[in-house]
Amino acid sequence: MTDITKGAIAPPRSFLSQDAVQLFYRLLAAFLICAVLAVLSDSFLTLGNILNVLRQASLTFFIASGLTLVVLTAGLDLSVGANVALSACIAGTVIHTTGSPALGILTGLACGGLVGLINGVMVTALRIPSFIATYGMLWVLNGLTYWYMAGETLHGFPAGFRQIGSGYLFGLPIPVYLLLVFLGIGTFFAQRTVWGQEIYAIGANPVAARLSGIPVARRLLLVYAVSGTMAGLASIIFLSRLNSAEADIGESLTLPAIAAVLIGGTSLFGGVGTVFGTFIGALILTLVLNGMNLLSVSANWQPLVTGIIVILAVWLDMKTRRRAQ
Amino acid sequence: MREAAVISQPNPLQRIPGVAIVLVLLIALFSAIAPGFLSVANLSNVLVQSTILLMLALPMTLIIMTEGLDLSMGAVLTLTSLCVAIVSLATKSMLLGLGAGLLVGTAFGVANGWLVAITGIPPFVATLGTLGMAQGLSLIVSDGQSVVGIPHSVRDIYSATLLGIPVPIVMALVTYAVFHGLLYHTRFGTYIFALGGNREALRYAGLSPNKLLIAVYAIGGAMAGIAGLLMTARMNSGHPTAGLGLEFDAIAAVAVGGTSFERGNGWLLGTLLGVLSVGVLRNGLNLISLPSSVQVASVGVLVILALFLDGLRSRT
Repeated sequence: MTDITKGAIAPPRSFLSQDAVQLFYRLLAAFLICAVLAVLSDSFLTLGNILNVLRQASLTFFIASGLTLVVLTAGLDLSVGANVALSACIAGTVIHTTGSPALGILTGLACGGLVGLINGVMVTALRIPSFIATYGMLWVLNGLTYWYMAGETLHGFPAGFRQIGSGYLFGLPIPVYLLLVFLGIGTFFAQRTVWGQEIYAIGANPVAARLSGIPVARRLLLVYAVSGTMAGLASIIFLSRLNSAEADIGESLTLPAIAAVLIGGTSLFGGVGTVFGTFIGALILTLVLNGMNLLSVSANWQPLVTGIIVILAVWLDMKTRRRAQ
Repeated sequence: MREAAVISQPNPLQRIPGVAIVLVLLIALFSAIAPGFLSVANLSNVLVQSTILLMLALPMTLIIMTEGLDLSMGAVLTLTSLCVAIVSLATKSMLLGLGAGLLVGTAFGVANGWLVAITGIPPFVATLGTLGMAQGLSLIVSDGQSVVGIPHSVRDIYSATLLGIPVPIVMALVTYAVFHGLLYHTRFGTYIFALGGNREALRYAGLSPNKLLIAVYAIGGAMAGIAGLLMTARMNSGHPTAGLGLEFDAIAAVAVGGTSFERGNGWLLGTLLGVLSVGVLRNGLNLISLPSSVQVASVGVLVILALFLDGLRSRT
C-alpha cells in the first residue's frame, strides 16, 4: 500500500536523468554516423556538404518540431506532408499574382495553420482518432492540391524571396538560423511555459489532465494548429529553395518527419520527449540519407531505409522504457 | 436482446440503413447527373473495378476489428503486383507469378503482425514503416520503371469470363464467401471478434492472442498478393506506383460500411456495400469528368463523415 502511494505521489526521480542518458545515446549515434561517413567518403567532411546536411535537416526539423507537440499529446499528424504541398502551391500562386512575397508567406502560414486547426477540430469536437482523422485529411489535401494545380508547375519567384531558402548570412544558410530560432522557441514553449507543461500532462494522462482543470480540447486545438503552421513555414522554405511548386512535393516528407520525431526519443504514447531530441532525430536521419547519397546508393532506397529506421526507433524506445520501469 | 449478451455481435438492424442509404443516394445522384451511368456496360465496369478494392477491404475489416490498421496494404499490393509481373515474365507461368506475389505479400503480412503483436508498436506506425519498406522495395526491384511484356496468361485473368461472368467478379464472390464463412462460421472468426472485444478472454481460454493477430495480418498480406495478380492483369504491366493509396479506399470502404475503429465490431456485408459506394463514387465523378484528384478528396470527405457518424452513434 505504501509502495503504491509513494509511486503515485513522487514521480520516479530518475526520469530527468534517464532522458539525459537517452539524449546522450542519440548524440553519440550522430557522432558515430559522422565518423563512419568521414572514413567512407572524402566529400563528407567538406564545408559544402556539412552546410547541405544542416539545411536539409532544418527542413525536416520545421515539419517535425510541430509534429513533436502533437506526438507529446499521444496524437499523430499524418497530414503534414500533404499540408506542405498545398500551402506551398497556394503561397506560390499568391506571390505570382500579387508579386508580394510577404503576402505569400502569410498566406502559406495561414493555410498550414487552418489545415492544422481543422485537424484539431476533427480530433477534439468530432472525437475521431487523430491518426485516422489526419490520414483522411492527407488524402483530402492531396486531392485538393492536384486539382488546384491541374498538372501545372509554378516557378520563378522574386530573388529576395529565394534568399530565405537558398541564401547565406555570415557563411551559414538562412534556414539554419531559422532552425536555431525555432529550436529555441519550441524548447522554451515546451519546457518553460505552463501551456507546454500542460501539453506533457495531457499526453501522460488525459483524464488526470482534465480533472486537474487543464482545458484539454483547447490545448489540443493549439497543438494541431501549431503543427499545421510549422508545415506552412516549411512550405515557404521549400518554395523559396526549389524556386518552384508542384503538387507532388509533399509526398516524401511525412515519413521522414515522423522518423525524426521518433528517433529523437519522443514516445508515441505521449508525455515523453523534447523538441531538442527531435532536432537530433532530424540530424541523424539526414546524416543517414546524406551518407547514402555520398556513397552513391540510389535514391530508390530512401523509403526502404526510412521505413526501417521508423520501426527500429519505436522498437528501441519501447524496449528501453520497458526496462527502465 | 441476444446482441447484448454476446460480445461484439454486429447489429445489422442499426447498420443496414447507414451504408445502404449512402449507396442508394450515390446511385440515385449519378443516375440523375451522369449520362451513361445506369447502362449495363458501365455498371458491370463498376463491379469489375471494385474487385481489387474488395480483396483489400475484406481483410482490412478483420484487421480493423482487432483495433488494428494496415496502412501498408497499397504499397504491398504494388510490390506483389511487380513480383507477379517480374516472375511471370521470367518463367512464362502465371501460377509461379501468383506464387511469388502470395509469398511476398504474406511475408509482409507476417512482418506487420509480428511488429504489432510481439513488439507492441502501435499498428498505424508499424504499418507506416512497412509501407515505406514496401514502397522502397518496389522502386528497387523495378528500378523505377514499368515492367512490360507480361504473358497473356496473366492478362487474360482480367478479361476472361466464366459462364458469362467476368473472372475478377467470380474471384471476388468466392473471396467474399470464404471471408463470410471464416468470420461467422468458424472458431477463428469468433476469436477475431474477441481480439477486438476482449483479448483477456482469449488468454483465459488458453489461446495466444499474438499468434491470432499475426494470422489476421498475414491474411491481409496474402490477399494483397492475390489482388496484385489482378492489378498486374488489369494494367497489363507492373508499375512501381500502381497501388499506392489503395489502402485508403479500403479503409474508407470499411469505415463507410460501419465497422467500428474502437469497439471490435465488424460487418462484412457492410464492407461489401462500402466498397460498392466507393466504386460508384469514383466512377460517377469520373463520368462527369471530374479529375481523379477530386475523387480522392471526396473519398477523404466520405471517410471523415462516416467516422463522425460512427462517433455519434457510439455516444448515443
